[in-house]
Amino acid sequence: MIKRKIEEIVFKILMYSAFITVLISFFIILFTILIKGIPSLNLKMITQTPKGGYYLGKEGGILNAITGSLILACSSTFLSMMISFPIAVFLNVYNKKKSRYVQVIRFSFDVLTGVPSIVYGALGLIVMYFFNLRASLLGGTIAVTLLILPLMCRGIDEVLQMTPKSLLESSYALGSTSLETSFKILLRQCYPGIITTILISFGRGIGDAASVLFTAGFSDNMPGNFLRPAATLPLAIFFQLTSPIKEVQSRAYAAAIILTMIILFISIMSRVISLRFEKYKIK
Amino acid sequence: MEQKSHIEAKKLNVYYGNNHVLKNINLQIPDKKITAIIGPSGCGKTTLLKSFNRMIDIFDEVKVTGEVLFDNENIYKKNIELTHVRKKMGLLLQRPFPLPMSIFDNVAYGPKIHGLKSKKKIRELVEFYLKETSLWNEVKDKLQAPATSLSIGQQQRLCLARGLAVEPEVILGDEPTSALDPIATRKIEEKFHQLKKDYTIVIVTHILRQAKRLADYVIFMYLGELIEAGPADKIFNEPEKELTKEYIKGLIS
Ligand SMILES: Nc1ncnc2c1ncn2[C@@H]1O[C@H](COP(=O)(O)OP(=O)(O)OP(=O)(O)O)[C@@H](O)[C@H]1O
Ligand SMILES: [Mg+2]
Repeated sequence: MIKRKIEEIVFKILMYSAFITVLISFFIILFTILIKGIPSLNLKMITQTPKGGYYLGKEGGILNAITGSLILACSSTFLSMMISFPIAVFLNVYNKKKSRYVQVIRFSFDVLTGVPSIVYGALGLIVMYFFNLRASLLGGTIAVTLLILPLMCRGIDEVLQMTPKSLLESSYALGSTSLETSFKILLRQCYPGIITTILISFGRGIGDAASVLFTAGFSDNMPGNFLRPAATLPLAIFFQLTSPIKEVQSRAYAAAIILTMIILFISIMSRVISLRFEKYKIK
Repeated sequence: MEQKSHIEAKKLNVYYGNNHVLKNINLQIPDKKITAIIGPSGCGKTTLLKSFNRMIDIFDEVKVTGEVLFDNENIYKKNIELTHVRKKMGLLLQRPFPLPMSIFDNVAYGPKIHGLKSKKKIRELVEFYLKETSLWNEVKDKLQAPATSLSIGQQQRLCLARGLAVEPEVILGDEPTSALDPIATRKIEEKFHQLKKDYTIVIVTHILRQAKRLADYVIFMYLGELIEAGPADKIFNEPEKELTKEYIKGLIS
């Protein structure tokens, strides 16, 4: 009896400490960027583009990088969603669970998820050379799409796998085709999970620096053309952080606050949306 | 059996991988009657039922030989339109599984995918079938609520309404009352009694008393074989086979 009590207590302690570690790390990161960034945070940052010499501490803002990152992350999230939902449906509805083929595909996605983002940057570069593209918003979009595609495919796939088989059965029993079952039943049932996956991918996409380093380039102008280079937030942070000037470094943290706020905003929005659909979900 | 029948199995064999689950089944299901499939657990009742609307297709590694004739057409022949086969047979699962949408949409789903567009018609249909399954009074004020907000018994009747709304000719029920309490069970059973005027009903049950209450015709299965089939009176009162006798007396289960 005593042994079982102790086991119980030990595991509770382990769980609490894991939980607290995560929470503390989160707050340390948040506090660091807040403390270092708040002094430099001002409205100009989000309303102006860099004037000459901004990265040496002169006037201006990073509206161009914010816009660039938003456009880039949204378009690559959208692109990769258009690709990964059909893939996930194909794996789950059109193939048998135990099929070798499906398992090989799943395994390769798992491997691809672990590939470092600089490799996707390089891959994006190759694709760009192939199409004769220079570093541009489009190039960055391609690289980030490649980066988040495996993550999203596996994420949605995992969500779809959790659908009870009987639900599919009910749908087929009414005479639905596989397509109707996928889009009218499966999609609805998995809506909350799919939104979460998309959000995670979006966060990964908007925050990644290495994949856009060579592919998106950098610019002081507002992004207006997919074929021209565009600034992105992670790179703006990176360039400012590596500056020897204290003031510029502080601006990097301010930019990090903005990036974090964007991600936070998207998370909360998606929570709200997915909660509205959660109630229809069959448990 | 003199009656006309639209479901007929001929030399039907089903394998799950190497597991030979249905062995050379030959049978006819009488029209506009309630047929009960009985037998001990694992004998292949569910498999038999699901082979009638090709629902077993969705499982891994299933192999089927022989024929199932529906209106004299073999539903296992190549190029058959599966959605039509399934539309003609409403399947009611052991545990009710509403679709992830509102109560209204659950019933409207079937008619919609089969091409009904008129909003007015759909509304009439939904009301009609919810009344048909005596659910209307309980849900008429919350048609837009999620189907999961209903009790299990109500969900099972919703699934019945949903199945009837696609206007099948046959109702297949796989232990449709096993998740229900006695009162809800009674309601479903009453429904079946009324429905047999218009539909051919096949149910799987492992409750002998339920089979006695409901069935006009009984199929007894044992270890994947069809042991005996015939009118309920005969099977329950003077079965021919020794196994059937023992099962009816409760010696094997
Ligand atoms: N999806 C499946 N894959 C492999 N084997 C299966 C599958 N479903 C059923 N079986 C096997 O087929 C046999 C018959 O199963 P079935 O579900 O038809 O029995 P049942 O008569 O409905 O039993 P119960 O009364 O317990 O529901 C069992 O031996 C079972 O192990
Ligand atoms: Mg069964």
